[in-house]
Formats: sequence, structure tokens, C-alpha cells
Amino acid sequence: MTNDEILAKLREKYPKVVVDTPELIDFTVVVKSEALTEVATFLHDECRLDYLADVTAVDRPERFEVVYHLYSVKNQTPGPFVLKVYLEDKGNPKVASVTPIWRGANFQEREVYDLMGIAFEGHPNLKRILLWEGFPGHPLRKDFENRTFTFKELEPTRPKPPDW
Amino acid sequence: MLKTETITLNLGPQHPSTHGVFRLKLQLDGEAVRDLEPVMGYLHRGIEKLSEERTYVQVVPLTDRLDYVCSMTNNQAYAIAVEKMAGIEVPERAEYIRVIMAEFTRIINHLMAVGFLWNELGAYFTPVVYCFRERERVLDLFEMTCGSRMMCNYMRPGGVSVDLPEGFIPQAKKLNDHLKTFVDELDRLLSENEIFLSRAVNVGVLPADVAINASITGPMLRASGVLYDIRKVDHYSIYDRFDFEVPTCEHGDVWDRYYQHILEMYQSVRIIDQALDGIPQGEVMNKAAAKATRRPPEGEAYGRIESPKGELSFYVVSDGSGNPYRLRIRPPSMINLSALKEMCQGHKIQDIVIILGSVNLTMADLDR
Repeated sequence: MTNDEILAKLREKYPKVVVDTPELIDFTVVVKSEALTEVATFLHDECRLDYLADVTAVDRPERFEVVYHLYSVKNQTPGPFVLKVYLEDKGNPKVASVTPIWRGANFQEREVYDLMGIAFEGHPNLKRILLWEGFPGHPLRKDFENRTFTFKELEPTRPKPPDW
Repeated sequence: MLKTETITLNLGPQHPSTHGVFRLKLQLDGEAVRDLEPVMGYLHRGIEKLSEERTYVQVVPLTDRLDYVCSMTNNQAYAIAVEKMAGIEVPERAEYIRVIMAEFTRIINHLMAVGFLWNELGAYFTPVVYCFRERERVLDLFEMTCGSRMMCNYMRPGGVSVDLPEGFIPQAKKLNDHLKTFVDELDRLLSENEIFLSRAVNVGVLPADVAINASITGPMLRASGVLYDIRKVDHYSIYDRFDFEVPTCEHGDVWDRYYQHILEMYQSVRIIDQALDGIPQGEVMNKAAAKATRRPPEGEAYGRIESPKGELSFYVVSDGSGNPYRLRIRPPSMINLSALKEMCQGHKIQDIVIILGSVNLTMADLDR
């Protein structure tokens, strides 16, 4: 199934869910954040997009974008099907987790939570993965200063034994 | 009545068998493992954030240090992503050089994987010595071309940085012929070893549907029986011109993952043979690339390659200025680790160490 056919089937089944299809190099579809679980289940079960390559997030000035890159191993499709979700609320961004559908999203969603601060509801183990629990802030956000942090600054925030 | 409880053991970050700084919290019932939790981030350097302050060409040395064993393929993945976004073409000779370097990188990575798996088994450093002897010969070729053994900084968006020196092609041909007999020798030495067979067969089995669902790629996926190789699916670079097969194995246990590396080395040697025979003359860097990467147009692109460990891909977002607005690196090692818990069900501590060895991790790639 090509990407256009998948988009047509998606529009047929869930008429109001697709927000936008921007003209980018890869085939991109933007859906509403409330409908993410339904759309993801539909894409996994009926369109056979069974390989989730990447879950990532971009910090734009007015919104967060959560980006999913999907491929099909069964049909060996060459181009990615990019699914995006726009999160307008920058103070408290959260979106449903796709870990029940694609197991590989587990570590990647934890990393997005760790470095960008977007919470995923329904994730089995949403903890920080690359940084430690007391780290001040979320580094990949644009308002996080890109400088060298000294040991004296960061050491008080580290968890002490036996919790390390 | 006997009351038993489980012990929590810390396979800590300083450990000779964890392939770098990686921590596993194990819940043990005697010697059998009930539960495990990986803790990572000891080598996190913030490459994604650092690249937001650099220009597109200054990011190339940062990508070298992602997976330090195969630095040429890291550069290739970044170059492909930026070329896709900015619409730059690569000259023919540069494409042939990229294929030769990428396949040599695949061979050296698989040699290291096989060597260090046997380290975990207890054959302490003898297979490593054999494998690294050949690896040093390939690293000599790399040093001849770009000046550095491991941190090559060679493939840029638009081509490669310098042309091959005079004696490269004869030396590469001689080395390739030698590697054909060496891989055969390694196969005959190691594959049918009785101790290896009794320790590795049916240990750490990964079924195919679990592997696809857990986003696992690379030799681990093909060892479970799924035929998916990005060189054949995406038709990137000029891999369509070469005649090679994609091997798979059936069971997905540790022996199959080891044997998958050996089979892929046979195929890489074939590709290098054909590329060395057919390499044309010409220039090696697209002249318009320097201008196009100084300020590429706004947009985003997802470029992926079949790196020796799995799918390595870069998601580059540009906002029209000279720095990448967001550079996301999809690490094959971190995602290949997501099925560790399923693979380790019902095994003992010594099996955990072998299973971790067969996943072929490099911590620098996991943490970035």
C-alpha cells in the first residue's frame, strides 16, 4: 500500500482526525493529539505499518511537535510514513503513549520525556533514561542554556546512595 | 517452610563484560535471573544539543564519535540525510568510494563483534587477537586515505573530503583477497566448537514478531529470520549496481546472531570486489555542496542507512539558518536493547553476559 492509499483509507475511516498534510520531502500527516491511539492502532493493524523507526520531538516557538516515523517490514516500503502530532500547550505537554502498540517506543519515549519534558500517558515506566532523576530542566528545549555546567553546580542534584 | 527471597545484584557500570559503561540491575533467585533493568546514560555527551550551535559541516566530526567502531558509516548516514534535505547530488566516484569504505567498516565491526562475543564466553582474547590483526590492516587503509584510523571525518554532505591516494586500490585488492580466506578460516575455527554450541544454541531466543514490534534492525533482526536490509529496501547510494545476497538465519538465538555476522562478512567482501573493479575516474566532491550546506532551505528530512549495527538514521530539521534546528540521531544500539528482558527469560547470569555480547552494543551509540 502506498502512502497516498493509506492516507485515503485513514480519511475514510476517521474523517475529522487529519489536521494537515504539509508539503515536505517525506510524506507527512498531522493528526489531532486526542486521536493518536486510534490512528496508531489503525495504522498498525490495517495498513500493516509494523515497524516504528523513530519517536522524536521538535521544539518550535509556538508548539511542540511529536514525530513518528513508520515503515512496513512486511511490504518493504521504501519511504517513511511520517505521523506528527502538534501540542499547543507548552506549559504542560502530554500525549498518549504508543508503547502498547509498538514495543520499540519504550526507550524512545522515555528519552523524549527526559530531554524535552513531554509526558506520555500510559507508558509502563516513564522515568528519565539518559540523565538522572534530579537533573534541573530538560536539555533539548530551546530555553535551556547551551553552556558548560560545573561539577559544583550539578553534584547536589545527584541522587545519593542507596538510590543511585 | 522454606522462605526464599531474591537478591538484587548490580552488574555495575565498571565491568569488563558490559561493553562499556552500562549498568544492569538484576533480580536473582539463586543463579536464575527473574528481572532486569538496564540503566544507561553514563556516556551521554549531548551531541544533539551540541550540533544546534554548529554549522552543518562542523557536525561531521561529532558524528564520528557516535559509534566509534564504525565511524565511516556514521558520516555516511549524516551525509545522506543532509543531501536529501538540501537536494545535493553526489558524483559517481564519490559514491563508489563511499560503498568501499562502508563495506570495509562493516567487516571491521563484525570482526570486533565476533571477537568480543568470544571474550564473554571465556576464550579470553585469542579470537580477539586473530580478528584484530585483520582489523588493523583495514585501519591502515583508512589512515592512508583520511589521516586517522578511527575518527575518520571523511564523508561529507556532497561527496568525500579527499580523493584516494595512489597505492590504495592495489593494497585494497590484496587485502580483500586475503580477507576472503580469513573469514573462511575464522568460520572453520569457531563455528562448530562444542563448548560454543552447548552454551549458545537456544540461549536468548528472539522470535521474529517480537523483533519487528520492538523496532530491532540489523544483524539481530535478520538472525531471527526476517529478511529486511535497508540497502535493498531503500536503494540508497549505488547498492543497486552490485550483486549481493542478504543472508538470514532461522532461530534467533546467540549462535544465529554470531553466524549472521560471519555470513554478512562474506557478502561484504563480494561487494568490495565488484566496487574496486568498477570504480570510475572523476571528482569526489560536488562543488555546489559547500554553498548549499551553508544555508540550506527550510525543511526536514529523514535519512537512514544500514549501518553494521542496525538502522542508523538522522532526522534533520532546518529553519533556513546555518545551524541545524534539530538533529535527531536514532541509535541502533539503544533500540536493539529494548528486547533484552524478553530474551533473558529463564536464563542464568552467565547467559545474560553472552546475550549482551551478542546484541553488539557500543555505548557511545546508545547514549550519544
